[in-house]
Amino acid sequence: MKSFEYAAPKNIKEATALLSDNWGESEILAGGTDLVTCLKQQIATPKRVVSLRNISDLRGIKADSKAVRIGAMTTLEDFASNKDVQKHFPSLATAAKNIASPQILSRGSVGGDLCQRPRCWYYRNGFGLLGKNGDTSQIKEGDNRYHAIFGTDSSALFVNPSSLGPALIALGATLKAEGPNGKKREIPAAEFFSVPKSDKDREYALKANEILTEISVPISGLKNATYEIRHRQGLDWPYVTASVAYGEKNGNISDARVVLGHVAATPWLAASAGKALNNSALNEDAAAKCAEAAVEGAKPLSRNGYKVQLAKTAVKRALLAARAA
Amino acid sequence: MAKVDWPSKDKRTHLGKRISRIDGPLKTTGTAKYSYDINRPKMLWAKLVTSPYAKAEVSSIDTSAAEALPGVKAVWKEEQNKNMQYVGQIIAAVAAETEEIATEAAHLVKVQYNIQDAAVSDTDASLSKDKPTLKEGGKVDEAFADSNSITHSGTYGIPVISHCCLEPHGQVTEVKDDELYVWPSTQNVSRYTDRLGDSVGIPQNKIHVDCQHMGGGFGSKFEYDKWGVIGGLLAKQSGRPIKLMLDRDLELMIAGNRPSAYAKIKVAATKDGTLTALDAEVWGTGGNGGYNPPPVPYVFTKIPNTKLVGKGIRTNRGGQRAWRAPNHPQGCFLTMSALEDTAAALKMDALEFFLKNVHLTDRPDVYTEELNIAAELIGYKQKAHLRGQGGGDGPVKRGLGMSIHTCGGMGHPSECEVTINPDGSVLTRIGSQDLGVGTRTSLDIVVAETLGLPLKAVTVELGKNSYPQSGASGGSTTIGGISVSSRKAATAALNDLLEKVAARANTTADNLEARDGWIRQIDKPDNKMAWKEACALLGPTPIVQRGKSVPGESQKEKLIDAGVGGVQMADVSVDIETGIVTINEMVAVQDCGLIVNLKTAESQVFGALIMGITYSLFEEAVYDHKTGRMLNADMEFYRLAGIHDVGNLKVHMMTTDRHESRGVIGLGEPPVISPGAAIANAVANACGVRVPQLPLTPDRVIAALYEGGKVA
Repeated sequence: MKSFEYAAPKNIKEATALLSDNWGESEILAGGTDLVTCLKQQIATPKRVVSLRNISDLRGIKADSKAVRIGAMTTLEDFASNKDVQKHFPSLATAAKNIASPQILSRGSVGGDLCQRPRCWYYRNGFGLLGKNGDTSQIKEGDNRYHAIFGTDSSALFVNPSSLGPALIALGATLKAEGPNGKKREIPAAEFFSVPKSDKDREYALKANEILTEISVPISGLKNATYEIRHRQGLDWPYVTASVAYGEKNGNISDARVVLGHVAATPWLAASAGKALNNSALNEDAAAKCAEAAVEGAKPLSRNGYKVQLAKTAVKRALLAARAA
Repeated sequence: MAKVDWPSKDKRTHLGKRISRIDGPLKTTGTAKYSYDINRPKMLWAKLVTSPYAKAEVSSIDTSAAEALPGVKAVWKEEQNKNMQYVGQIIAAVAAETEEIATEAAHLVKVQYNIQDAAVSDTDASLSKDKPTLKEGGKVDEAFADSNSITHSGTYGIPVISHCCLEPHGQVTEVKDDELYVWPSTQNVSRYTDRLGDSVGIPQNKIHVDCQHMGGGFGSKFEYDKWGVIGGLLAKQSGRPIKLMLDRDLELMIAGNRPSAYAKIKVAATKDGTLTALDAEVWGTGGNGGYNPPPVPYVFTKIPNTKLVGKGIRTNRGGQRAWRAPNHPQGCFLTMSALEDTAAALKMDALEFFLKNVHLTDRPDVYTEELNIAAELIGYKQKAHLRGQGGGDGPVKRGLGMSIHTCGGMGHPSECEVTINPDGSVLTRIGSQDLGVGTRTSLDIVVAETLGLPLKAVTVELGKNSYPQSGASGGSTTIGGISVSSRKAATAALNDLLEKVAARANTTADNLEARDGWIRQIDKPDNKMAWKEACALLGPTPIVQRGKSVPGESQKEKLIDAGVGGVQMADVSVDIETGIVTINEMVAVQDCGLIVNLKTAESQVFGALIMGITYSLFEEAVYDHKTGRMLNADMEFYRLAGIHDVGNLKVHMMTTDRHESRGVIGLGEPPVISPGAAIANAVANACGVRVPQLPLTPDRVIAALYEGGKVA
């Protein structure tokens, strides 16, 4: 760990004023379950760490008839056990519970889940976000068993680690951010995650001096579920997740959305999978067809072809879980 | 006079009973101090600087910036060996006031390297440059040419894994008045100082070793290691105590690797399923050193025609260390997988096949009995089906698998001292170590049993090199060594006491025995003297007696023996749409002679099953082939099983008079040998295809299902 300056401001305005305009110079500390590791391994070497722990406005969950609004510093535990979240968004509650570590659930925050850095073992071993050694991709030629199967033409081959991202996109959530001088903006969840082009970019659409403040999930009556395929029963990163949401009219599906996690540098919206499902009844056949559509265009790397099969299974099982819910 | 023979079942108070560890409360309350917990006044923290390259020549080491950092108190750098052979090889070390300063200082050490091409791959036999080894018996080619036999051939593999001790390697070292005090985590208390003295320039008789508790060793903690020397040198240089413990990444990379084993195996059998020949080519890596191929065929050593070619691959990886039953798990997995595949090729029930061929092992009767018990415990009759048939209709298929194993377990040379004080208290001292298996408790049981006392009447002290010398804990040797030396010491001490009592009671020592806190006359049990009263006869002088176990002699006295058998069966589920393997149940049947503590013996087997499930489903040291970097040197992707991953575990220890009459035999290693084979065989039985390589991860399971045309 390199020494750094530490600040724990009392409000958002003070916090944004303490943040640098440039990535890497300052880092935001929420639950710390990822950042502290990055600091220790010198993956992150900021001059200043700005803790959000004293900003009470960032905590808590509010619900009305239209939406559930979640403060970015709400712990994953509070989020997963919230009655409104459980009632309207089993997809999100399941995704949070699947994190399966009491320590991370009670320390980690909802905002932190969305902004954590990739777990790519080349990145974590000091080869940079894109895992390059000079011009060659260590990942393409190396051990990519846990890496992307979509978007593999780009040089970002890690997978986005967010547990909640796919479900938030499927549910049409909106994220709120605040920059210097109280400048606020709203970002649709589907546009929040981005593919970095260089080591200096981040994997999300915030600016270096912006803070994610709130996540708003509309109550739209969509049926929804998340299915995760992971190896260990306890804390473990999933191989693949699928989050689905759909409406139903006279027994026919409408407005279906299928979003895969851990398959690309961002949560992966499988647009054609949603279309394949619309205007039909949800049964095993329809789910299987949708699953096939979901993996259209997958281009696995040398060692991760199996994830295509897992993605299909996750989509099929997520749909059947949503139907049963 | 009391005799050293083990008492018969009806005369035992503690021996062979289920007894909780006497240090259990210390551990559960956090009172037990491990090396990491030792904090000395004015102690410094040390951090290592290691090579990030798998093969390189170090051209310069510049520690000036590190030395200039405030708080840095001592620096060591490698002067002799500049030839880096693996990532993590130690180049320098710094000691500072805090762990954070030491870490930062380590980053400030500038090392220049001439980087060379490294080799870490071990999966292809053609990478072997060493002369192959050959072991042959019978006429293999003729046996395979026999038109009456059926043959099976397959390729199998088990990768390099790490010991991954939860307590990493390392020690706290202090130099005071030219004497060296060290608190290491070691499996070898008595001999820890053997060459350490010369390396740090302090005579061996001025080195004091203290290891009270250990968080695992598994064969990786016999030596003081380079960090032991560095700790001593930094302590001398700074005049301050030094804490030097490995971080998790180094622990996984450089503090112990189990060699890999990949194999092409051909098996021949008669059409009714009797094995006639086995031909194996085995290759793998043990790092940069030599390679000793695992025994194949394993256990079925009497197959009439066998051939084993071994090919070592030298790689730029951390060196191998003994891993719990060295080479047994590899040999077992390769052999039992090939045999189960042969049974499947014959469309024969695996249990029937194993029983049919059990005469080709050294212990047909033992294995037959244990196979039948295991089958009963797992409900084999109700659940068994032929491979791929009857695993269930949905995507989750269920199956059974089995494996058999053997191991040595002869006790090591050991000395122990037992003191009976005039106030009746008893002290047992031994230069052994408790790896976490309950050695303290076993000593208490043996001594208290011998003296006819309750467990709490005896104090056990171990873990110091000033105590009587006892062997290193490797090869399942500890229980055999320490049970005999403590038995002999306690018996000798008791006999001294009986002589005193005999003189007072007008009888002979032969007519006295120690039972239930009394010294009793054997012919007239009502004539008795309380233990404390008897000890008061000693006047001011305690009885101090040493006992010594010399393995060959103790074996002749029937106090110890070697050679055990064990059978394990696994009941697994395979999700053929995800490739996830789940353990439903595992059954372990194990013999190990006379059991000193049934509870900790069972715990050994439970622990071994969990460790075995872990290497079967999760563990693998993943290396980047280009850079030679270990990619999963953390506990995030170097996965270990959690409690929800291990299923229901059933342990059955063999405890008949027949087993007990053999004396004490070691148990630490045997039960960790079979899980890989039993689980892999169960997976094949469940889903209908062989997943040829451990660990059984979704990528491998899905690939095998695709290849076998079985994907859903």
